[in-house]
Amino acid sequence: MQSILASFDLPLLIASLIKIVFLVFLVILPMVAYSVYAERRVSAIIQDRVGPNRTGIPLTLLGFKKDIQIFGIGGLLQPMADGLKFILKEDFTPRSVNTFYYWLAPCLTMVPALMTAAVMPFGSELDLSWAGLGAPFKMVIADLNVGPLYMFAISSLGVYGIVLAGWASNSKYPFLGGVRASAQMISYEISLGLSIIPAIMIFGELNLGKMSAYQDANGWLLLPFWGEGLSLSRWVLLIPIVISFVVFSISLFAETNRTPFDLPECETELVAGYHTEYSSMKFALFFLGEYAAMIIGSGLAVTLFFGGWSIPFGPLLSEWTGLQFHYEAGNTPFYTGLLHIGTFFAKIVGCIIFFVWVRWTLPRFRFDQLMKLGWLVFFEVALLNVFLTALLLWLVPLK
Amino acid sequence: MPTIVVQRPKLAWHEKIFLSGFLNGMRITLGHAIRTFKTLRGSKTVVTMQYPEQKWDESLPEHYRGAPTLVTDEHGRERCVSCQLCEFICPPKAIKIIPGEIPSDDPWAKVEKRPREFEIDMIRCIYCGMCEEVCPEQAIFLRKDYAITGTSRAEMVHDKEKLYEIGGVRTGLVNKWNDLK
Ligand code: SF4
Ligand code: SF4
Repeated sequence: MQSILASFDLPLLIASLIKIVFLVFLVILPMVAYSVYAERRVSAIIQDRVGPNRTGIPLTLLGFKKDIQIFGIGGLLQPMADGLKFILKEDFTPRSVNTFYYWLAPCLTMVPALMTAAVMPFGSELDLSWAGLGAPFKMVIADLNVGPLYMFAISSLGVYGIVLAGWASNSKYPFLGGVRASAQMISYEISLGLSIIPAIMIFGELNLGKMSAYQDANGWLLLPFWGEGLSLSRWVLLIPIVISFVVFSISLFAETNRTPFDLPECETELVAGYHTEYSSMKFALFFLGEYAAMIIGSGLAVTLFFGGWSIPFGPLLSEWTGLQFHYEAGNTPFYTGLLHIGTFFAKIVGCIIFFVWVRWTLPRFRFDQLMKLGWLVFFEVALLNVFLTALLLWLVPLK
Repeated sequence: MPTIVVQRPKLAWHEKIFLSGFLNGMRITLGHAIRTFKTLRGSKTVVTMQYPEQKWDESLPEHYRGAPTLVTDEHGRERCVSCQLCEFICPPKAIKIIPGEIPSDDPWAKVEKRPREFEIDMIRCIYCGMCEEVCPEQAIFLRKDYAITGTSRAEMVHDKEKLYEIGGVRTGLVNKWNDLK
């Protein structure tokens, strides 16, 4: 017993717990809530509407003149109101459903989406020596050496939630939605996985944290302007990287069931798709799971192609200003650690806004077009891209 | 007239793979977003009416179908004769009438009946205007009141008093019960 207890690394456990609570409950869940708000506001302004602008922080009750507003736009407490509404709504379970799977399905969409957050490096490292804590903390929950593989393995479990929801609901619209979702997600997972291989080949690395560190020192994959990024080889390799970025981001849209690939839940054909029969908090879980998957997917895209937590032109900025903006293992000041965390989430917010923008611009694909695109175009392109990268790496090797 | 053969436009490669379409679309939506965002910042909206502060009451059209009400005429007579036609035509069965007799000493005794109770359940009413259309006495009209709220179901039932209060006096109607001149 003693030896088992002794084998636990208590500080590590506590640090991990704090990181989990911080990342999941203080960052991802509020971010999910606010991306729903962003979705509503951005869709509104795209369509010349106003959107939810009333649910303010009631400072007026405390004698202030106005509610808190960002850019003169109110309604910042709308996510709380939405959440309250979801909790208070009647949780209706139709009599014909298969209860066990009906209950399991929402959890199965939410849990994998959050689990993948474990390997996401959301900052470089935080030097807490001023608080009496010795070694700097790495800002990633689990520093696995198989980051992207773990992510794909876990996030592909998400399809089970949708399939089970479609099947357990015992109703035709959810059923069709579930079938479509499983076909779509399985097809696009292939091109998603293949499209990141060129990036991994260039990094020579499967650890997401080290990928970010490499890009911090040597220029982002899509922005090679400093460090080794200025070498001929990196610029030549931009060709396969751009291809793989395009394939990756389009597959990501399909994987997260966003327009133009939102066939599993298209309102105009399938009422609400696989979650037609769900209400109240169970529906909210699907909703949250979807947006959480979006955030994690954006996180992966950011880490692979946009330098993760690294500040653009970090090393150059450090040179010009004298402050340290780049990452140096074990020697990153506290403020830079915080800046890195901020940069990472700012990049994700940018991605989310892009997701929303695309959703309110494009019409939906037809199902056969979707399948054709996945199997006949992206699969081949991604595969050829791997060979192209290998060829280019052989012709103009990286240092 | 000779037939005109409309040529299908030849699509360039970027049009075939929807690239230019996609970029154009993104440009248009972004343009709208920025424009609307700018007008929102001054918190005045171009198209949307900010409801509780701004109301459209002045611009309601004459034929607007709001709450159904009962009306009296210039003689102060309740026009309804409680024939119950509106009760039977009302699609969601919102109207409930209990007819009453007019006592023989009343100046309008020859009309014989008027409603003792007249209730319209505004939770049920669908503002279809069938009651107004079917009434042989021009006694029930849909008025311009649209914001009908209450904190209980009972509050949402308009009784006779309330109906006459909203309806008020309406002049210029056919007065078939008047004495011949
Ligand atoms: S407007 Fe229609 S629903 Fe309302 S009371 Fe009249 S007949 Fe009934
Ligand atoms: S309102 Fe008109 S239709 Fe209805 S009972 Fe009175 S007279 Fe008859």
